[in-house]
Amino acid sequence: MTKKPIQFKLNGADKAVFVDEGQNLLDVLRRGVGDLSPKYGCAQGTCGACTVLVDGEPYLSCLVLAQTMEGRQISTTAGLVVDGGVDPLQEAFMENFAAQCGFCTPGMLMAAKALLDRNPKPSREEVIEAISGNICRCTGYEPIINAILDAAGRGVGRRSA
Amino acid sequence: MSVEFRKDLFADERDDNLNEIGKPTRRQDILGHVTGRSPFYDDHLFEGLLHVRCVRSPHHHARIRSIDTSEAERMPGVVKVIRASDVPNNFNTLLSLLNFGRDDEPLISDKKVAYIGEPVLAIVADTDRQARDAVAAVRVDYQVLPHVLDVEDALKPDAPVVNETYPNNTFDYHDKYDHQKLRFGDVETAFSQADKIIEGRYQMSPIEQAPIETNGAIAAPETNDRFVCYTSTQALFFSLGTTAKLLNVSSNRLHFIGGTVGGGFGGKVDSLVEPMAILACMLTGKPCRFVWDRPEEMQVGAPRGAERWYLKDGVMNDGRIIARKFTGYFDAGAYTRLSSYAIIKGTAHLPGPYTIPNVSSDVFCVYTNRTPATAMRGFGVTGVDFAIESQMDRVAQAVGMHPVELRIVNAYRDGDMKAHRREAKNCALIECAQVAAEKASWPIRDEFKRMSSLHGGGGERARIPYTVTDENGRIGERRSGGVAPRPTTVLPPATPAPPPPAVAPTPTAQPDYAHPAAAPPYTPLSPAPLGPPPATPQPSPPLTKEPAEPPARQANRPGYSRFASNSGFRRR
Amino acid sequence: MSISVKTFDSAAEAARALIGDRTARFMGGGTLIMRDINEGEQSFSTILLAKDQALKQIHARGEQIVIGAGVTMAEILSSRELDFLHPAARSVGGPAIRNMATVGGNLFAAHPYGDLATALLTVDASLVLAGGEQGMPLADLLREREREPRPVVMSLTVTRPQQRAFRFKKVSRVKPKGVSLMTIAANLPQQAGRISGARIAYGSMGAAPMRVPAVEQALEGKTLDETGIAQAVTVATSGVEPPTDAIASTWYRHEVAPVHLKRLLLERAS
Repeated sequence: MTKKPIQFKLNGADKAVFVDEGQNLLDVLRRGVGDLSPKYGCAQGTCGACTVLVDGEPYLSCLVLAQTMEGRQISTTAGLVVDGGVDPLQEAFMENFAAQCGFCTPGMLMAAKALLDRNPKPSREEVIEAISGNICRCTGYEPIINAILDAAGRGVGRRSA
Repeated sequence: MSVEFRKDLFADERDDNLNEIGKPTRRQDILGHVTGRSPFYDDHLFEGLLHVRCVRSPHHHARIRSIDTSEAERMPGVVKVIRASDVPNNFNTLLSLLNFGRDDEPLISDKKVAYIGEPVLAIVADTDRQARDAVAAVRVDYQVLPHVLDVEDALKPDAPVVNETYPNNTFDYHDKYDHQKLRFGDVETAFSQADKIIEGRYQMSPIEQAPIETNGAIAAPETNDRFVCYTSTQALFFSLGTTAKLLNVSSNRLHFIGGTVGGGFGGKVDSLVEPMAILACMLTGKPCRFVWDRPEEMQVGAPRGAERWYLKDGVMNDGRIIARKFTGYFDAGAYTRLSSYAIIKGTAHLPGPYTIPNVSSDVFCVYTNRTPATAMRGFGVTGVDFAIESQMDRVAQAVGMHPVELRIVNAYRDGDMKAHRREAKNCALIECAQVAAEKASWPIRDEFKRMSSLHGGGGERARIPYTVTDENGRIGERRSGGVAPRPTTVLPPATPAPPPPAVAPTPTAQPDYAHPAAAPPYTPLSPAPLGPPPATPQPSPPLTKEPAEPPARQANRPGYSRFASNSGFRRR
Repeated sequence: MSISVKTFDSAAEAARALIGDRTARFMGGGTLIMRDINEGEQSFSTILLAKDQALKQIHARGEQIVIGAGVTMAEILSSRELDFLHPAARSVGGPAIRNMATVGGNLFAAHPYGDLATALLTVDASLVLAGGEQGMPLADLLREREREPRPVVMSLTVTRPQQRAFRFKKVSRVKPKGVSLMTIAANLPQQAGRISGARIAYGSMGAAPMRVPAVEQALEGKTLDETGIAQAVTVATSGVEPPTDAIASTWYRHEVAPVHLKRLLLERAS
């Protein structure tokens, strides 16, 4: 099996790694560079648990061919934590009970961040649309929607836009 | 979120000094969740981790003539082929840890498969893709067998035998019957005295729990000859005990780490992934990861089982239900897993939260060539509750009564005797129904608003009635051409298409109040009891002769116990 | 078989490589091919990529608009030229999928996918293939899309519908997003208040998205009101053999198709 060297930025830090041809980005993030925050839920593009940002836009890392990520900027939930403190978006999830098992949460956070970075004051409908590719099986969507709206009220989007 | 407290209800029974309810709280594990640091089973990295994939049956039912792994073994990255013969003790039933039921399921099946997706071989390889490629290169020669997918078809004498441990296609209850019985009073006499007889057939499909994290486990060798296992299990010690049994190792050699589960809902108790991951680890000496992919989670992951229920009610014109008879079929799929237990649980729940003086129930745990069923959120009760409440709407319509009033007039009250011979306590259905009607702006009449769970119960309603028992449905009787189980009355056959089976019609929005409902108490329909009531719903008349076809049967191990339907486990 | 990846500068080169290699697949956005790879699909082992900028073009010539096959759903949504396709593009997946899924991929997305392709059928889409062939109607491709070797689509040309003539509805059981149980696209140009040249297409109602000639003919010359559409509604599934799948049965699709068609036709143009 041929290995391809690729380089990309993960949460601002340079990464260089060998990937298998055909390997998906999720696998490379988790096993290649050890960022375990994006989750494997389906590898089909239906659950959204593996959502990451590529150059600021949400992508499903399970469906991204890793070797096409040369030179791209990738952001994950692990990168939301700065200086040991949580991001206001994370804080809003904590306060609004927006997670139960926590498995969909990293994907939800990335989908929400993509929305707020582009649209700091979204309507409820825009929030629903933004997470429409992310499935939650425990909490239900209401607390998650409330958390994202709460985060918008805290100026999350403005700050990071 | 605002919570409304109804402090007017049961005020003297409750201390309202609540310090958690109605107040927001933070989950103790939320920080890990929002930072992506909660340690799920797959979030453990090991140098040289190997990947396990299964060869799975494409057939509902087939005998395996041969398995050819020669090509797969030569493929790049393949480390080990795991065969049925590699499993030290390849036969188990989940509830054997509780001594309930006989072993009926291999971890790896190399003789016969009884559902689509049943594992016949496992392959361990350096990468997931290599394991998949090798799986695709395995040649299995199947002799396809006739299969059965419908519970009632499976009970026909000529139906294919799904599970050799239970050759009658039904779980054996109490060493005696092919179904779980409940008898309380005399339903047949009551039917003959009822103003109306109302019947219904209800069924629900299997439901997949569909957690976002699929079932899986990672096992690795530890020092002191132990194995660590990171697992998705919802039942850590259950999985540990099951693994110890299947792999024939002492449980103190197994170090299970779980507790962070990416959604379970009952779908992560079957303990299929842990023994496989640890076995792979034992055979290779390397850390091994066995993770179901999404298609496996949906196809192989055990769902809430399908159920079919026939209900027959004897009802008086004032809405009192005086007799209710159930015939239920749980679709266990190919193996028992937890379905046998679900039925015990469901039977203890009958006839729903209503005081009905004559109740009879026969519930069958049926084997079919479908994915084995397991736990899911209230399993054993939810399906029959759907049937019961749909039936209540149908009864309300038949007697021209407000559906909420019908429920109030029949509801348990404090001190009533339940069909499984336990006194009803702390009842609140009447109050719930009253508040629900109020919130839904669906008014009920004043006399129903005045009713209370606290009053009118007990007395005559606390009596255990004279109970008619029978010995129908002994193990093997049906199979040998004896009594076929069927609902008491023959219902019109289901029309072919469009076939969602009959469900209750929507209750009329404007009920006809022609029959004002009287409050209880009931007048007993049968004469005074002839003797002391039986202690349990399980009829136990003296045996006059051996069953027609005594089943070959032996306890799995010493201390074999049986399940008593009213009180759980009983050692003998 | 381990996977190998070959990258080409032009789509034409990739198309040539595809003809010579039965184990190869051309990959657009990856949402279909990567899923197959993840699940160990054995029918191919080579992925062909093309860095051709022509695949990303969107440009209008009068009423004709050329859309590169590599244009994503998100790019359609940010194009003013393609505003009439926004409802269809928005109905595909969530934002992440829309950043990846391409127009070309949607043409090859197996049932029950292909919502954009359903919409494209009603705006006279014709194809330019990477091999140079031009003018193939989209319907022809959809009929034979399983046949190997599959062509590499370079671009589509569509005709902008009349103002307010285009309607689109994806019916699913899950809100706001779910797999389609029926997708309907309608292009209903009118002359003097009467429909002229109606195009109706269904998705998830057969092996591939399809035009529905019986409904189109029944609408010809009619007005868009309860009486005018009555005949079209009665022939809603004429010549259509909807599949049974995990979302809905053949029977169910037959039953609800007239209801959804009627709603769409009577929808007030926005």
